[in-house]
Amino acid sequence: MKLTLKVWRQKDAKSKGDFKTYELSDVSPDMSFLEMIDILNEKLIDSKEDPIAFDHDCREGICGSCGLYVNGRAHGLKRGITVCQLHMRSFNDGETVWIEPWRAKPFPVLKDLIVDRSPLDRIMQAGGFISARTGSAPDAHAVLIDHDTAELAMDAAACIGCGACVAACKNASAMLFVSAKVSQFALLPQGHPERESRVLAMVAQMDKEGFGSCTNTGACEAECPKSISITNIARLNREYLKAVIK
Amino acid sequence: MKLDSKIPDGHISEKWYKHRFQLKLVNPANKRKYSAIVVGTGLAGASAAASLAELGYNVSAFCYQDSARRAHSIAAQGGINAAKNYQNDGDSVYRLFYDTVKGGDYRAREANVHRLAEVSGNIIDQCVAQGVPFAREYSGYLDNRSFGGAQVSRTFYARGQTGQQLLLGAYSSLSKQIGLGNVKMFTRHEMVELVVINGRARGIIARDMVSGKIERYVADAVLLCTGGYGNVYYLSTNAKGSNATAIWRAYRKGAAFGNPCYVQIHPTCIPVSGDHQSKLTLMSESLRNDGKVWVPKRGDDTRNPSDIPEADRDYFLERKYPSFGNLVPRDVASRNSKQVCDEGKGVGGSKLAVYLDFRDAISRLGKPKIEERYGNLFQMYEQITAEDPYKTPMRIYPAVHYTMGGLWVDYNLMSTIPGLFVLGEANFSDHGANRLGASALMQGLADGYFVIPYTLGGYFAEGGLDKVTTEHEAFQAAENEAKGRLDRLLSINGTKSVDYYHKALGKIMWDNVGMSRNAKGLEEAIKKIKEIREEFWQNVRVLGANEEINQSLEKAGRVADYMELGELVAKDALQRNESCGGHFREEYQTEENEARRDDENFSYVAAWEYKGDDAEPVMHKEPLQFEYVKPSQRSYK
Repeated sequence: MKLTLKVWRQKDAKSKGDFKTYELSDVSPDMSFLEMIDILNEKLIDSKEDPIAFDHDCREGICGSCGLYVNGRAHGLKRGITVCQLHMRSFNDGETVWIEPWRAKPFPVLKDLIVDRSPLDRIMQAGGFISARTGSAPDAHAVLIDHDTAELAMDAAACIGCGACVAACKNASAMLFVSAKVSQFALLPQGHPERESRVLAMVAQMDKEGFGSCTNTGACEAECPKSISITNIARLNREYLKAVIK
Repeated sequence: MKLDSKIPDGHISEKWYKHRFQLKLVNPANKRKYSAIVVGTGLAGASAAASLAELGYNVSAFCYQDSARRAHSIAAQGGINAAKNYQNDGDSVYRLFYDTVKGGDYRAREANVHRLAEVSGNIIDQCVAQGVPFAREYSGYLDNRSFGGAQVSRTFYARGQTGQQLLLGAYSSLSKQIGLGNVKMFTRHEMVELVVINGRARGIIARDMVSGKIERYVADAVLLCTGGYGNVYYLSTNAKGSNATAIWRAYRKGAAFGNPCYVQIHPTCIPVSGDHQSKLTLMSESLRNDGKVWVPKRGDDTRNPSDIPEADRDYFLERKYPSFGNLVPRDVASRNSKQVCDEGKGVGGSKLAVYLDFRDAISRLGKPKIEERYGNLFQMYEQITAEDPYKTPMRIYPAVHYTMGGLWVDYNLMSTIPGLFVLGEANFSDHGANRLGASALMQGLADGYFVIPYTLGGYFAEGGLDKVTTEHEAFQAAENEAKGRLDRLLSINGTKSVDYYHKALGKIMWDNVGMSRNAKGLEEAIKKIKEIREEFWQNVRVLGANEEINQSLEKAGRVADYMELGELVAKDALQRNESCGGHFREEYQTEENEARRDDENFSYVAAWEYKGDDAEPVMHKEPLQFEYVKPSQRSYK
């Protein structure tokens, strides 16, 4: 396959960025999208041009490092996968492909396709935990959790923290990310003692980081590579309301 | 160099109990006077950093990723072992200990393994308390599955994402401590040198991967929790960024390297699809609970797999190992898959694959049950291969996955450099020559949650730590070394990319130091690695500068270290004239092509000491004693 690539290039956080055009031939349909960028980078190095910087690590859809806007969609057009799981067989010969970093004010671009997602870590530091000191835990069977609740908690816990929900949202809201963690811990009995302080602290930090509000457009759910449901946002709102009016 | 394993006296079941009492304590009020650097935030690093901070120590944690949550433990799929015996199927601490020593082909330290089995249950308790959503039965009790090398069901799991959930548990505890100010977290930082002062590890030099700044960090102890070195092979199931630089820099500063030749090749990975391949994806061992491994009986059988009748299929694992069947340990499964492919019976375009078939399980349990158990794995497989494993069998082939070798540590997890501790996959200690499935997560968390909090306190309490600052000349020297290396890499300006050399090294390693090895091939590999290393330092092209995000420069530093480490792997494989676990020497096999161990001559840990770039490394031996599990020919038949 032959492709025309329009790639966002930006030297560093302070510089202004722009799209650059690259032609790439001999693209195999079995390549992953990131392997396609690897090949382009090898060509750039050959011609002494700076290779494209992009975050990636596990390349199997679980670490949450990679995150690219491909043809205007977070992680590309296919639903339920990360961009490292996207394969070139999803593209057509001769196609023009636009590649951009996440676009959201709280995620400044550091270089090319790399953004700073540390606000998500700080939300977790504010309250995204159950305080269980090492060594203090009772036997794992001391508290039973019914199968369906455990499964629901697992659905929420599957979040990989990639930031696609923020990037896909017109308001750059982090509600899906926050709601996934709040839901996981609100569903499980172990999370109940800190239930209220947790949701208040996480929402306060989310606001402080400059994320926008949720207007229920559902773009986050549609673009989430782990298909985290927006019912979690409804649960977050309930948890928040209960904590506030208490 | 003297190797003192510091294994406590007494009966195996009392060693850890006694040792914990004998270790000196640091008074609670004095803990804040001590500091520790933790490099790596996977299961071992995150659990250690969080637990030490809870105790009151000052902790600084470093990771190369943009968040601690992305460490590669996150990709572990199948599960974590623990001797809970919730299934009432005959499990016990002693049985987990026994299975692990046997699974490691009698090349691990008994005392360490027993301790691991002892704390395994506490790990599950700890994780449940943190909100890890393990799979549960309808009764509300925890569910278990089976893994290779065991005849009991002791593996706890969270769908096919157990590593993710355990890591997020440890990461959330770490996050709490960061929020409280007890841990200083440095993301996008890579350790590039170890600082040793008066014979003790006292700090690191790290590169800020955004600004390129070379920074100095001082502490009373340094913990390396940086994972394994599988990426020496270029293609592996490791993350692209997983690297050996921290342990290799420590080796060069005097930490002995234990058993580098013990590399685990995992039997069930998605096969290579072409030259563009950048990494390999594992399909969890848990799939072998329900999937059946087979190849057509005739090598030239080109029929669609579903059209091949039972009579024309060879379920070679079930045939050769009736009592363990598809759940033989990884080394055995990998070697047998390679063997049938070498006989020309492989499937798929490259003929380097075997089938892993769920047809029977789907008809027995129904698709929804299989989906609940392995849904994300099936989805992952389909994304990569464009084939639906619910309808057609998976094609799988072995790939480099885990390294049992690593820095040598004593019972306290301390390396041969006092004050340098090594946890998780980065050390050599618990898995012998072959790791059983679902035991890596167990070991990483055991080291971080339940071993280091005791042994590090013991080290501090012994005293003798001088007061040092980053102004010490050793910091200056280490910084100069690191800067010199980076400058040199940037100034070569040759003609070939870093990946070119990494791939070339990987090919030598896979061909000659891979699943089966022989003396001639290993000697050839050592020669070729030297040649390619020389060429690398003459001709590599690293563009850009240090003072920016420069991913080529990051890779170049790591690959430069692999070029040295790969040679040590080959040298270790060459001296070990026996076959054991993941180390298979063609010269040493039984008539049935099984590994032939030589306990008389090779029942030792090989600990390699660096002697300078122009000198040969020296091998020291730590003899292994088996008082409880008597070595026998490992049989899974």
